[in-house]
Amino acid sequence: MIVVEDLHRHFGGFRAVDGASLTIKTGSITGLIGPNGAGKTTLFNVIAGRLPPTSGRVLMDGEDISGLPPHVLFHKGLLRTFQIAHEFGSMTVRENLMMVPPDQAGERIWNSWFARSRVAAEEKRIRQKADEVLDFLTISHLADQKASMISGGQKKLLELGRTMMVDAKIVFLDEVGAGVNRTLLNTIGDAIIRLNKERGYTFCVIEHDMDFIARLCDPVIVMAEGRVLAEGTADEVKNNERVIEAYLGTGLKNKVKEAASHG
Amino acid sequence: MDVLNALVAFLNFVFIPGLAYGAQLALGALGVTLVYSILRFSNFAHGDTMAFGAMCTILMTWWFQSIGISFGPLPTALLALPFGIAATAAFVLATDRVVYRFYRRQKASPTIVVIVSLGVMFVMNGVIRFIIGVDEQNFSDGARFVLNPQDFKVMTGLAEPLAIKTTQAVTVVTAVIVVAFLFWFLQKTRTGKSMRAFSDNEDLALLSGINPDRVVAVTWIIAAGIATIAGVLYGLDKSFKPFTYFQLLLPIFAAAIVGGLGSPIGAIAGGFVIAFSEVMVTNAWKKIVNYLVPEHMATDSLLQLLSTDYKFAVSFTILIIVLLFMPTGLFKGKSL
Repeated sequence: MIVVEDLHRHFGGFRAVDGASLTIKTGSITGLIGPNGAGKTTLFNVIAGRLPPTSGRVLMDGEDISGLPPHVLFHKGLLRTFQIAHEFGSMTVRENLMMVPPDQAGERIWNSWFARSRVAAEEKRIRQKADEVLDFLTISHLADQKASMISGGQKKLLELGRTMMVDAKIVFLDEVGAGVNRTLLNTIGDAIIRLNKERGYTFCVIEHDMDFIARLCDPVIVMAEGRVLAEGTADEVKNNERVIEAYLGTGLKNKVKEAASHG
Repeated sequence: MDVLNALVAFLNFVFIPGLAYGAQLALGALGVTLVYSILRFSNFAHGDTMAFGAMCTILMTWWFQSIGISFGPLPTALLALPFGIAATAAFVLATDRVVYRFYRRQKASPTIVVIVSLGVMFVMNGVIRFIIGVDEQNFSDGARFVLNPQDFKVMTGLAEPLAIKTTQAVTVVTAVIVVAFLFWFLQKTRTGKSMRAFSDNEDLALLSGINPDRVVAVTWIIAAGIATIAGVLYGLDKSFKPFTYFQLLLPIFAAAIVGGLGSPIGAIAGGFVIAFSEVMVTNAWKKIVNYLVPEHMATDSLLQLLSTDYKFAVSFTILIIVLLFMPTGLFKGKSL
């Protein structure tokens, strides 16, 4: 469970996250939506350790993790993906996955020389795991491609695959659907649901596609101007007046209402 | 026309010296490129790291010589090399702890860190002069030649001698071993892969649980190691004088940039491009040309394009030409 308590992150005078408090329950797929500039990605950056908070706390299962660097959070099982997919471009897709598991024997230079068989056995095991993950994500055919050469949507799948190489507890997905076609988006959605059901991953998903959110997420948290505006099921927040206002502004909201009452 | 003698003269005055010098520059440029791609700044203190490593090795060599340890026909300095590397690595790691780490935590821009490295360079400059002095030091011993010029003449009956100095042979062989080791390390070991990953995409590397402190430490140790080896080889081949190492920064950076900053293969290629251009432009071609042309066309001129005093101009010219036409260098490094 992740608890965010009165979190602030300011950039000079600009309050990107301005007193956000929210809870992500273990085992849930929590959606995080909000208009552009609501502070969703900054919130992710602070939780995942890329930016230190200006004030406030982040608790993971009761432990204060605010301001810990990403590689430490990784070892605690907290992972994230990026809005624009990141990859190690000079390595193959399979190598990208094989980079992930920590504390490999080959990490000690002496082992690479003097304990070759152990290193090789371990590599074989990790390689097998990588192939399983690729199979799960239905991108086995890309295993030996350079990661810089695959499509944007496939990179998103690769990012998801990275979280499967270790036993993640909670995964933060930043706009997995951005720039991805429908078919691939469904594949990604299926993978998320399966990971949630079969492996007990907790997810927190930023996404603008409401159909995608409605299919996957319960609850949905709405952010605006750095704060949490509303929380509920997808349907509840969709009909929440304050949410509509945040997305459309007061003037447009009234027009929409008028149109609705006439039609 | 005497093609054979011309060829021998070419090998003796251009090819072999160029090969040795190129190997030294390549090793230096490898260190610069490694620091650039992983720590993300141009390390101006690299020349002085080479000097520091060479100095430590020289002190150890002198001690070995004084207690009568030698390495047969090979220079004693090779025995002292591991100690020099250890001392330099310790010094560089301490510098990182005291200086660079602060700027890394601040997420300072590369421009700032470059200037910081300039400061480190001046400090190292001072430390080296303080310990060993500004004068030239000679520390090569063992056999002078692998191929003695007199023997060669007797063996072949040619008028031109061909000499291969022990230091030249040692330089090339060591460089090959170091480069092979480095590539094996970066491609095959897990640590090497995490260094490549870190260089590729720092954010993602952190998110993949790669410990940045470890990557940084290993990078410094390797950079110190290659710098020491390059410094010692250069000192053995020419001589050790602190100021020449400071000057070496220019061709080394030219080599790294010409090859493409951040690309190890580029650094090696760049090293040889710069070295051979320098040697060819400053070589007096009179002898070689006179062997090749008919006697009545023989020339009295030295046929030297540029005096050796201006050799640094060569690296700069090549640097400018390459950057004009291939801004990322010959092997597509990161653009500047």
